[in-house]
Amino acid sequence: MMLIYSSPATWDALSQEERDQLERDHAELYRELVQSGEWVGGHALADPSRSIGVRVRGGVPITSDGPYAEIKEHLAGYDVVDCDSLERALEIAARIPDAALCGVEVRPIMEVTGMEM
Amino acid sequence: MAEPEDRDLEALLRELAPRVLGAVLRRSGDFDRTEDAVQEALLAASRQWPAEGVPTNPHGWLVTVASRRLTDQWRSEAARRDREANAAAREPTRATPAADASIQPAADDTLSLLLLCCHPALSMASQVALTLRAVAGLTTAQIASAFLVPEATMTRRITRAKRSIEAAGARFGPPPGGDYADRLNAVLHTLYLIFNEGYTTTGGDQLHRVELTSEAIRLTRQILRLLPEDGEVAGLLALMLLTEARRPARATEDGALVPLAEQDRDRWDAALLREGIELITATLPRSRVGPYQLQAAIAAVHAEAGRAEDTDWPQIVALYQLLERRSASPMVILSHAVAVAMVDGPRAGLELIAPLETDERMAGHHRLTAVRAHLLEMAGEHAAARIAYQLAARQTTSRPERRYLATRAAQLPAR
Repeated sequence: MMLIYSSPATWDALSQEERDQLERDHAELYRELVQSGEWVGGHALADPSRSIGVRVRGGVPITSDGPYAEIKEHLAGYDVVDCDSLERALEIAARIPDAALCGVEVRPIMEVTGMEM
Repeated sequence: MAEPEDRDLEALLRELAPRVLGAVLRRSGDFDRTEDAVQEALLAASRQWPAEGVPTNPHGWLVTVASRRLTDQWRSEAARRDREANAAAREPTRATPAADASIQPAADDTLSLLLLCCHPALSMASQVALTLRAVAGLTTAQIASAFLVPEATMTRRITRAKRSIEAAGARFGPPPGGDYADRLNAVLHTLYLIFNEGYTTTGGDQLHRVELTSEAIRLTRQILRLLPEDGEVAGLLALMLLTEARRPARATEDGALVPLAEQDRDRWDAALLREGIELITATLPRSRVGPYQLQAAIAAVHAEAGRAEDTDWPQIVALYQLLERRSASPMVILSHAVAVAMVDGPRAGLELIAPLETDERMAGHHRLTAVRAHLLEMAGEHAAARIAYQLAARQTTSRPERRYLATRAAQLPAR
């Protein structure tokens, strides 16, 4: 999974043209991954101000408005790819435009299969 | 749940799939479109035959329908290119082909197709997907669900694989002489991967994956019929049978892994064990020994022990030594170390795995850590074993393995 991080400060500093280019680069990468059959899924996430936290304490769910304003980086979206190697996954991550702006984290998804030991 | 008749029909269609594809492909030479046409013919059969009955010559029926679809496709493509009125589309087509359509299938079509699907131009994932569709006759939806990816993803992967084969200029038919052994190895490896993908599933909503082991076994049986003298084909089949036999005992009902030493051996499938043992026993003396035969022999030694404590560990150690001489992969060394520990004690096992700690293929690999944890536990070093189990649980990307390793850690005292 590619966890895509964004920071409002870096994003706000971009010109409109730079933002459009970023969208185009991401769309191009998406097309390539769909074509190659490596694309599994993914979404952009709404602004963290729309987040609602849910905690259950003593069996009672408590909701709270999402993270505090001082958070500098937030999870802005994710892509799930199924590729042949870690090297390939890192190569894809490096092409996500946000990697050059803020950062992308690559983490394996847990498998449902397992070997007896 | 499919009715028994449906399952019989599905089995028949899967059996016929590669032979039909081979028969049409030999004339058309166009793998991509022919494979699509055969899939359509199989779908048509699965819709029509339950209502109208299975034709007297099912193979001929499928070949005729697939050929017609292929011709239609060529015509419509030609028509599109020419921007002319599509006369072909208006041509009436018969609902069913003549029952006497007799194109005799060649016996080795299945093998030729397997060799094509496991072409070196394809990634392993593509070889697996294409083999399941073109040779095993599974639908794209079934393959996608077996590998837990969206159907669209699998469709792309298969389409891309077929184009790669075309781009590589690969032909249907026997590969060039020198390549043959390598290509057959690739086929066996692909079947082994398909088997493992199905076998390592531990329950829950994974019914589709179980199918993968039976498909792998079925295809390997077919190759063995075609190449009865090949010891490695027999070895692979025996290995699959002996491994599959343990399935009922390898996980609890809620999906927790049960290690070999703790499995309820009464639940092992006796018929599969017998077949596997007979096959490997008959194969070993008469053919050049190879890695699949050795792994099957090791599985057979385990199978022959009524209780875990009756296991003939010295024989297993000897077999691992032979296996290591052929392929000293880190995984083989790990298993070897566990067997050595059973004969010469845990210290001897720990010595064997020590060099792996600096092997970059294994650095940070959960399996190495898990084996170290196991050997430390055997040596009575419970605190160290507990830390190693906890580390291995964090390193694995498998949920059942993480659960197993965390449980082992929790069962040990912290100091």
